Amino acid sequence: MAKLPIAEELIIEKFGPHLKHQPPGGWDQAGEPDRRVKTHCCFCGQQCGIILKVKDNAVVGFDPWESFPFNKGKLCPKGVKRYMQGSHPDRLLYPLENRSGEGYVRTSWDAAYSKTVAEIQRIQSQYGKDSFAVLSGVSLSNEKSYLIGKFARVALETANLDYNGRLCMVSAGAGNKKAFGLDRAGNSWADLLETDLILCAGTNVSECAPITTDYIWKARDTRGAKLIVVDPRITPIARTADLILPVRPGTDSHLFNTLLNLIIQAGDIDENFIKEHTAGFEDVKKTVAKYTVEECERITGVPAKSIRTAAEWWGKAKRSFLLHARGIEHHTKGVDNVLSCINFVLATGRIGKVGCGYATITGQGNGQGGREHGHKCDQLPGNRDITNPEHRQYISKVWGIEEKDLPGKGLSAQEILNEIHAGKIKGLLSICFNPLVSLPDSKFTREALEKLEFYANIDFFLSETAQHADIILPGSLHEEDEGTSTSAEGRVIRLQKAVNPPGEAKVDWEIFLEIARRLGKGKYFDHFKNPEDMFNELRVASKGGTADYYGITYDKIDKNMGVFWPCPSLDHPGTPRLFENGKFYHPDGKAHFNVVEYKPSADIINEEYPIYLTTGRVIYQYLSGTQTRRIGFLSDQCPDPYVEMHPLLAEKYGIKDGDRVRITSRRGTVELNAKVVKTIRPDTVFVPYHWAGKKSINRLTQRALDPISKIPEFKMSAVRIEKVSENSL
Amino acid sequence: MSTWLEENDLFIDPQRCIGCRACEAACAECDTHRGVPMIHLEPLDRAESVKTGPTLCMHCDDPACAAVCPADAIKRTDDGVVQSSLKPRCIGCSNCQIACPFGVPKVYRARAQMNKCDMCYDRTSVGLKPMCATVCPSEAIFFGPKSVVETQRKNKANNQFIFGKQKITTKVHIMMDTSEDPVNMDIVDFMSVGIEDSQPWEM
Repeated sequence: MAKLPIAEELIIEKFGPHLKHQPPGGWDQAGEPDRRVKTHCCFCGQQCGIILKVKDNAVVGFDPWESFPFNKGKLCPKGVKRYMQGSHPDRLLYPLENRSGEGYVRTSWDAAYSKTVAEIQRIQSQYGKDSFAVLSGVSLSNEKSYLIGKFARVALETANLDYNGRLCMVSAGAGNKKAFGLDRAGNSWADLLETDLILCAGTNVSECAPITTDYIWKARDTRGAKLIVVDPRITPIARTADLILPVRPGTDSHLFNTLLNLIIQAGDIDENFIKEHTAGFEDVKKTVAKYTVEECERITGVPAKSIRTAAEWWGKAKRSFLLHARGIEHHTKGVDNVLSCINFVLATGRIGKVGCGYATITGQGNGQGGREHGHKCDQLPGNRDITNPEHRQYISKVWGIEEKDLPGKGLSAQEILNEIHAGKIKGLLSICFNPLVSLPDSKFTREALEKLEFYANIDFFLSETAQHADIILPGSLHEEDEGTSTSAEGRVIRLQKAVNPPGEAKVDWEIFLEIARRLGKGKYFDHFKNPEDMFNELRVASKGGTADYYGITYDKIDKNMGVFWPCPSLDHPGTPRLFENGKFYHPDGKAHFNVVEYKPSADIINEEYPIYLTTGRVIYQYLSGTQTRRIGFLSDQCPDPYVEMHPLLAEKYGIKDGDRVRITSRRGTVELNAKVVKTIRPDTVFVPYHWAGKKSINRLTQRALDPISKIPEFKMSAVRIEKVSENSL
Repeated sequence: MSTWLEENDLFIDPQRCIGCRACEAACAECDTHRGVPMIHLEPLDRAESVKTGPTLCMHCDDPACAAVCPADAIKRTDDGVVQSSLKPRCIGCSNCQIACPFGVPKVYRARAQMNKCDMCYDRTSVGLKPMCATVCPSEAIFFGPKSVVETQRKNKANNQFIFGKQKITTKVHIMMDTSEDPVNMDIVDFMSVGIEDSQPWEM
């Protein structure tokens, strides 16, 4: 099964994406709301505070929440229009069954559960427990992430659970654990306000973390802080930067090794800090000694003068803060890139102090908390390691199972798709993940989905991936359930329920509990009556782990507008700034330098495929677009993907702005309109990734993974371009 | 004694603008002109740069729009806000649209009425910042006392504009970059060009 039951056009006609431009009842239905609910935005890891206006069990508008300390009322357009996802005509209201030739036919919850559970049991008894996989997502709360982690291991007894954070934070997480023994931003954003030099590497802060731009500007305006941006494009934040290093895609670690070499040579390192608080510096020093500025200029395409200036500014700064994101992380050497940045930070000792820090910027709503507590194939709650016998023992005890019954390390998201394609994984339950749009090589993803013997999908809209499901279970939107989430800063915050799920849709966790019960595993889950029960078990499960939430309660979060983990006891105030006084989380208490050698990307640039392709986000869309492609204002601003290219490149191929262009990689082809701009390297093209089908740039990206983090290489593919037709306007 | 609204002004810093249109999105949510933004944001020349800038009513001390209105439909409040047109009075003649030196007022034909930014008078008259200045992620649109801007921003606030022989003073200030450094906009200016053997645009 797992094929589309009817033609795609008919599916879109019924289930969208349709655009919603007006609040429920239209613009003229204004009036005082019944309630104002203080909660958070569902889009992006900044998790801005927002007030939702509620009338007659519908979210009818928003108000800025000016007293919430992170964003103080500020919102990007996604935040402003987020409420439009509620009361949406595309909303799934009752369970559906995929019937070939008929479409998605309404069914009862009982029938949907029965079919799902029967198929899980059939597949697992026929092919083994691990032949049934779970894919999850980090738009879900900490409570749901925790529940799904426990559900997969205890109720389904499968090792194969992973999540869409695999496309987001895993390179940074793996790098942070290697270097610091813990996976979180080193500082709250308050330290950005106190710094003298900010380096943004591969992070389009202005479009992917817009509120952060104000923190950067405040440091620049009030302290005279300088800004360095490392990016192959001049993004809106790069436009005014003091120094732009326009790297060739995939060459970041060469740049950072060279920068480290330069500050070592200049004596601009903190030898005392290195000696007292770190390990492994000598090996790194030896390695980077061969990274010369001349070689770096050749490899990265950044002028030697700019490289030297960056090293001098970083070397001489009193305070500095390094931020990075997917631009350096979405590579087959994503972890290496992260480690090369951390080495550069550690050598100056400027971490864990006022105005001195380091952070990766979480992309997804609960990218931080989601990976700590739940659905990452190699982790157990509290950021514990699923292969560590002590960690396994502890979690087994919390869950009331025998350690031997706890599955081991499973496959990562892309590997799960690979195994489905290879016919080894036969069944899938997914929630909050749209791999057909978001995973690389979408032709392969579609082939894999079509091979599934059974696929059940929980979602609020019929995503492109959900279209392949045999059973579709209508779940809940962010504002239809309560719980907690953990922001990019490591701040644990409260999500408040504004409205009930419409129609027969259910809050997601009720669906998991019922499936667990029907699988005969109710005794491990029946004590969960509400999300707070799950949070309280999560607190115990995380106790003693690095991501320790034990001292955090709902009440404490409400009183303090969020609590930063680690927070190991009820009287602990939380930890906005990590690594103070040079204390790190490895058993030796030190930060670890890691040797990184620059390696080329997996895809090869040659005469046939001479151009670098990099992909990313635009401010108006979010991830696979399941939500934002349905919100009128947002979609109107950027309804379609396009290919950004420099006039020098465009001229070479006879392409003018607006012309139709065919882009081809070793995986596939896509046709898009050209956007000819001087803000991108002339050897590189950029395409945003939020669309499906013929508009999906992930038809061209490849399944090559970082060997440690298993993140796909979205940020570098080799392509060729050709003009198809003239601008039709 | 001056009122809260008199003590606070609106400041636009185009340097900080990231072009996100949160201002437009939020403005359109207003109860008085729901669905239609009274602030506009455009890329200045996207082929050259990602530079963008918002346009909203400048709230002139001596507004030309009000002076040329034959129906006396445009009022300036004592605390310095130039109101949108009064619906019963506005005759949709477009005089204001033609007279405004900043190109702000717009006559909406469907309702035969001029509408423009009224600095969220429903909010600002009760001590709340205008919506655009509240949500703006980068504080490119800022509402507050001029003294705060003078001490906390490097750019200089300007609210005097010369049009021919006419000098116009406004409640809205534009933050001007005082540095004399030329601004490079083409990424090639920041790159090493011609070092690689196989630059695809040169092959």
